Amino acid sequence: MTLVNTTTAADRLGSVSSGNALELRSVTKMFGALAAIRDITLTVRSGERRAVLGSNGAGKTTLFNCVTGDFLPTGGTIRLFGEDVTRFPAYERIRRGLRRTYQISLLFNGLTVADNVYLACRGVSRGRFSFIRPRENDALLTRSDELIEAVHLTPWRDTDVSNLSYGQQRQLEIALALAGAPRLILFDEPAAGLSPTERAELVSILNGLPGHIGYIIIEHDMDVALRVAESVTMMHNGTVFKEGTPEEIENDQEVQELYLGDGHE
Amino acid sequence: MALAEPKTTSQTLWIERVPPIWWALMLFLLTMPAWANDFFLFQVMGWTFILGMIALSLMFLAGYGGMVSLIQMSVAAMAGYMVAIFGASGMGDISMGLPWWLNIPIAIIIAAIFGTLVGALAVRTEGIYTIMITLAIAAAFFYFTRQNYTIFNGYSGFNLVVPPSLFGVDWRQPMPFYYLTLGCAAICYAAVIYVSRAPFGLTLQGVRDNPRRMAALGFNVTAHRIAAYTFASVIAAIGGILLVWQNAQIAPGTAGIPAVIDILVIAVVGGITRPIGPFIGALIYVLLRTFSPDVLLAFGLSGERFKLLIGLGFLAIVFFSPDGVLGLWERWRTRRSRERDPLTGEQK
Ligand SMILES: Nc1ncnc2c1ncn2[C@@H]1O[C@H](COP(=O)(O)OP(=O)(O)O)[C@@H](O)[C@H]1O
Ligand SMILES: [Mg+2]
Repeated sequence: MTLVNTTTAADRLGSVSSGNALELRSVTKMFGALAAIRDITLTVRSGERRAVLGSNGAGKTTLFNCVTGDFLPTGGTIRLFGEDVTRFPAYERIRRGLRRTYQISLLFNGLTVADNVYLACRGVSRGRFSFIRPRENDALLTRSDELIEAVHLTPWRDTDVSNLSYGQQRQLEIALALAGAPRLILFDEPAAGLSPTERAELVSILNGLPGHIGYIIIEHDMDVALRVAESVTMMHNGTVFKEGTPEEIENDQEVQELYLGDGHE
Repeated sequence: MALAEPKTTSQTLWIERVPPIWWALMLFLLTMPAWANDFFLFQVMGWTFILGMIALSLMFLAGYGGMVSLIQMSVAAMAGYMVAIFGASGMGDISMGLPWWLNIPIAIIIAAIFGTLVGALAVRTEGIYTIMITLAIAAAFFYFTRQNYTIFNGYSGFNLVVPPSLFGVDWRQPMPFYYLTLGCAAICYAAVIYVSRAPFGLTLQGVRDNPRRMAALGFNVTAHRIAAYTFASVIAAIGGILLVWQNAQIAPGTAGIPAVIDILVIAVVGGITRPIGPFIGALIYVLLRTFSPDVLLAFGLSGERFKLLIGLGFLAIVFFSPDGVLGLWERWRTRRSRERDPLTGEQK
């Protein structure tokens, strides 16, 4: 079973050919007088898998929020698959193949697992305003069931989200991000609070993603980050502090001082 | 609620899943003209269905969309006015006398556009601000209709607005009018139930629970909220047309501030979590309004005091059960079922 609709994704990928998935130029976000991120310039290639590290308050989540359009940046430009999306509303960016998960699960607690995933599939397809109920063999319903299977939640398909365990909710977050034809996914600390078994499951889900899907993952745990990412960006106080391969970052003197000195989790 | 029905029940026909109490209620309503008198059919039940529909449009917005709109009565009145203006009335100077198959659709479309425009203004606000902005527009609509004589005929409005005599039936006779309002209410009710589980309704509930997440799933949250106003306006418009037919007249007071607030009271008293709530609220309201003056008079009090009764009832409901009479009923039922032994079903 494949995780995503590979043909459409590959077709679209072809249209941007060489391109970068994401280009940030001097992106700044102010909260009042506080610069949560400052002058961030960053490029992520199509299909690249990047880890973002940094202590609490470094601005990692804010960076994600600016990329997805949850917040508009105070300054700078954001290009997504070659297109300037700096002023686009969130839904326009999502429809171009961007996906995200939230650090604190943002799910529809009153709805079932199946309905949550169905909504995610609906959001990136036509018929969002349809007044006609889907039929039994509706393609989107089948697709939702595949995604539920992909994140190992099939036994809980008809369970209300509020009755899921914390780890299951994190898995469902990932299913929502895989709906449609994602090209770049932003994972905000998907491993936080998971047990070692659940972490292993997460790593296998991430490594099982088709090659054309790139992602940026915020991850405190170096071990997890090293197993799922090919490049690392280290953030500190709202700026990019270091970039490199996992090995370079791990062996970097400054990074080690900062990481150990800052007392990260 | 489940859009993707649980796999196990997918084999049964929807008709088999209608609980017996609904069949009983349907039979009861259909046979009511056999024993109820004309006053009860026309005045009590007819009015209940009409107010229920208008409150249902509020329930749809508030319950599924999380938007408490006070414009629904004005939308209904707009439709009523349009039927009077495009159709026939005692005001021959203004009324155009178009046939029913033209003036009814026109009235519904204009009312829907009106509701959509108000929605477009209101959806950018949240909570109390939605209530305030829709109340302000409702007040403006009231004063506008009272002062405008060229279109709305000002203070006196329109009289002699009656339903068309279709199929040789005078639809303003009690029994036909009862069935007409019952039919419209049933259709609106069924439409709300159906749409609530269609992609549009499910999306709206997602927007209510978590607008930010919906945007991050690719939904245009604002557009969905506005579309909800359009859908709700159509329901309110149908209620408004029936209302002008029932009264045979429409005037600014039809959508005055008291009437606007009454719709909110009806929806809240009945319960805004399920579409049946507004009809329960409307029945309670109409019964109180119709019969409490007599009761009050019997106790030597002024009949006008019924408003006090309704107000106290409203207070009690909001205080004891935020989800209305429906909530009280559901809590009573869960308590009943908890008192039973889960295995044998026997009362403990
Ligand atoms: N919505 C907000 N309003 C005000 N300040 C915020 C908001 N979101 C984040 N911040 C601030 O921005 C800084 C960066 O936060 P965040 O991006 O969440 O860091 P990280 O995800 O790296 O832990 C913090 O100082 C935080 O307090
Ligand atoms: Mg964070």
